[in-house]
Amino acid sequence: MFKRKAKAEAKAEERAEEKKGWFQRLKSGLSRSTNTISTGIGDIFTKRKLDATSLEELEDLLITSDLGVGTAARVLKVLSSQRFEKEVDPEEVRRALAGEIRDILAPVAKPLEISPANKPHVILMVGVNGTGKTTTIGKMARQLKDQGKSVMLAAGDTFRAAAIEQLQIWGERVGVPVVAGKVGGDASGLAWDAMDRAMGEGMDVLLIDTAGRLQNRSELMDELAKVIRVIRKKDASAPHDTILVLDATTGQNALNQTEVFGKIAEITGIIMTKLDGSARGGILVACAEKFGIPVHAVGVGEAVEDLHSFDPAAFANALVGLEDIEGAE
Amino acid sequence: MFESLSDRLSGVFDKLTRRGALSEADVDAALKEVRLALLEADVALGVVKDFVADMRKRAIGHEVLKSVTPGQQVVKIVGDALTEMLGGESELLSIVGAPPAAVLLVGLQGSGKTTTAAKIAKRLTERENKRCLMASLDIRRPAAQEQLRVLGEQAGIPTLPIVAGETPVAIANRAMAAARLQGADIVFLDTAGRMHVDAGMMAEVVAVRDAVQPVETLLVADSLTGQDAVNVAREFDRQLGITGVVLTRMDGDGRGGAALSMRAVTGKPIKLIGTGEKLDALEDFHPARISSRILGMGDVVSLVEKAAETIEQEDAEKMAKKMARGEFDLDDLRTQLKQMKKMGGMKGLMSMLPGMGKIQKQVAEANLSEDMFKHQDAIISSMTPGERKNARILNASRKKRVAAGSGTSVQEINKLLKMHQQMAKMMKRVSKMGARGMMPGPDSMPPGFENFMPRR
Ligand SMILES: Nc1nc2c(ncn2[C@@H]2O[C@H](COP(=O)(O)OP(=O)(O)OP(=O)(O)O)[C@@H](O)[C@H]2O)c(=O)[nH]1
Ligand SMILES: Nc1nc2c(ncn2[C@@H]2O[C@H](COP(=O)(O)OP(=O)(O)OP(=O)(O)O)[C@@H](O)[C@H]2O)c(=O)[nH]1
Ligand SMILES: [Mg+2]
Ligand SMILES: [Mg+2]
Repeated sequence: MFKRKAKAEAKAEERAEEKKGWFQRLKSGLSRSTNTISTGIGDIFTKRKLDATSLEELEDLLITSDLGVGTAARVLKVLSSQRFEKEVDPEEVRRALAGEIRDILAPVAKPLEISPANKPHVILMVGVNGTGKTTTIGKMARQLKDQGKSVMLAAGDTFRAAAIEQLQIWGERVGVPVVAGKVGGDASGLAWDAMDRAMGEGMDVLLIDTAGRLQNRSELMDELAKVIRVIRKKDASAPHDTILVLDATTGQNALNQTEVFGKIAEITGIIMTKLDGSARGGILVACAEKFGIPVHAVGVGEAVEDLHSFDPAAFANALVGLEDIEGAE
Repeated sequence: MFESLSDRLSGVFDKLTRRGALSEADVDAALKEVRLALLEADVALGVVKDFVADMRKRAIGHEVLKSVTPGQQVVKIVGDALTEMLGGESELLSIVGAPPAAVLLVGLQGSGKTTTAAKIAKRLTERENKRCLMASLDIRRPAAQEQLRVLGEQAGIPTLPIVAGETPVAIANRAMAAARLQGADIVFLDTAGRMHVDAGMMAEVVAVRDAVQPVETLLVADSLTGQDAVNVAREFDRQLGITGVVLTRMDGDGRGGAALSMRAVTGKPIKLIGTGEKLDALEDFHPARISSRILGMGDVVSLVEKAAETIEQEDAEKMAKKMARGEFDLDDLRTQLKQMKKMGGMKGLMSMLPGMGKIQKQVAEANLSEDMFKHQDAIISSMTPGERKNARILNASRKKRVAAGSGTSVQEINKLLKMHQQMAKMMKRVSKMGARGMMPGPDSMPPGFENFMPRR
């Protein structure tokens, strides 16, 4: 998921493999649910023209993937202006639909860039409870380490039972040091210590975990703002990335999450997890449309290798049930 | 963000209330809004369609067309239908049979199973004097077993000693054997999170079920779940046979449409709701409460409970009396602002109140930050008691004086006064509100408001 510099070519072959691998995984997850959407499209369009009724049914299909009523309507408006009242085949419709969705997503697909100028490059992970922050940190640490970077983790969730141990196990698994404090300790104090140590030891990257928090709990959001203020006291340019972790099964509330975390934690990017289930993560399309915040990666499983670059065409195609990866027009 | 369900429905019902008779076209217009609102609340599309069709059947007909106040009729029909769909009465856990009884907790990754296991065990231990044992069958997530052990320690519930390298079925069997030995009544089996589309993982939990024959198999699901809620609930029920649902993160500002979806596709009751990360944040599920919250009635009962925690009793009593009279002066505004801050901010509070969407938006636009609050406090402090009692006497020269005194501007004072007016209007509205949004007689106290009185 990280942008690699010149040396990357050596691994080109491996990455092609990997890409196919992850898409297969993503798609096998998505296709379980996209079966419905594709059959749906098939049913509608072999039988009828792309008339108002068909469009409404198509809108329904988008809604069931969590695009939201507004975004679904806008996507279909563009579609209908091109195809309305014409005889079209399902494949064509699907391709056009995927194309519209890809066009919304393409501008936000941006790999995370680690700047060597930052010592360390500080990444703060935020989000509501249970979305996958800690797990994603473990996965990212592995990828960064594989790129030859020195990585340190900070167990900033001092609240949840065994959250520290969970991150420590990830640290052992990946082979990177973990800065941890006391359970129930002050999260911003831990962030301070972690900044101290990572700077002192000349680390390339510091990944800071935070406790899950609902965005409507203002006291918890204040606490997060404080963590950021403390990090800035150590390095005014940090955190260099603040990543909101969104769960693909989340519905329209993800928009609230993005807005509020955006305002209070000034998020710079999004990672969507749990795309290996039957949820299609259509809310990401709505988020892209509304906020335009970069999407860095997607999580497609619990294992360390289950984090992949965000590929808008593949995402869009899988969303509407297209077979091939590259085909979105 | 998007218009809340309460906004939409109150908008529609305002329109309907204003008209004398209810035509089919009116019903259609209302149902279109209902459909949109439910979708924005994340109710699954199929469920929305059935609901709307059902409503149409109920709404168009003699009953409504002949009614004197058609708007009220529709409100009642929608409210009743929602409540009915959510299960009518609240259903409790049924732990029957010879002890030890097994309670199995299942669900997607991160939905709240481990936390919920500890919450339920704590509640049954404290309230029903049950002897509980908890065991984690999660051999996958790092530190999952440790997490349950720590929660057990916090709640004072024994947990099964952790043995590395055991399979989930082996752990479950060991837990049941230990419970028999110790004479425990209930064994809580916390399982690893799993996707319903993961055949291997589903087979694993089916094997556990077959080994322990649980009296309750609870699907723990996130109330913020979107359209996928139907797939999750349907599949867990089909493959495993669930006895009920626990909805977590109801303390969020999601509209909770997943509750409707899951109930509708499985027919299984929502038994409990999680309302926080702490171990006592577990509540019974009250269908009528949730449906009235969805409807725009506002979850007055929950609000009262939440308020009771934060507001000093005297204040509450004063406030309740004033609200009942529809009074609300600037002193009240100041008290209110302070309490709101304590209660998780304006937004959290307002989301629980009926018809508050618009004001909520205005408040959000006004950017009610810490500084803003300080300014408002300063403004009110610079007013005379007379001005605070009766804001109308604040003319241009008085405003200038207050602005100078508080180090703010006349503009800011006007903003505050506007907000006060809106709040006062809201208070009046709330005080008029009756059950299911019906207007009660002019003198009757709205249901639920007696709860603002101090508890005995
Ligand atoms: N299937 C699947 N599971 C995931 C993915 N990412 C994370 N998980 C699982 O989701 C659960 C929660 O993940 P965590 O990393 O603990 O989430 P968190 O956001 O740190 O949670 P809190 O700290 O409690 O707020 C764990 O069981 C993870 O294994 C993913 O992409 N796919
Ligand atoms: N705000 C809020 N947070 C909750 C609630 N229930 C659980 N949580 C939090 O959600 C996160 C995940 O909870 P867990 O109990 O670890 O979830 P789980 O289902 O056991 O997760 P896995 O075992 O990884 O599948 C934690 O941060 C909990 O504190 C709730 O009702 N409200
Ligand atoms: Mg975590
Ligand atoms: Mg768990």
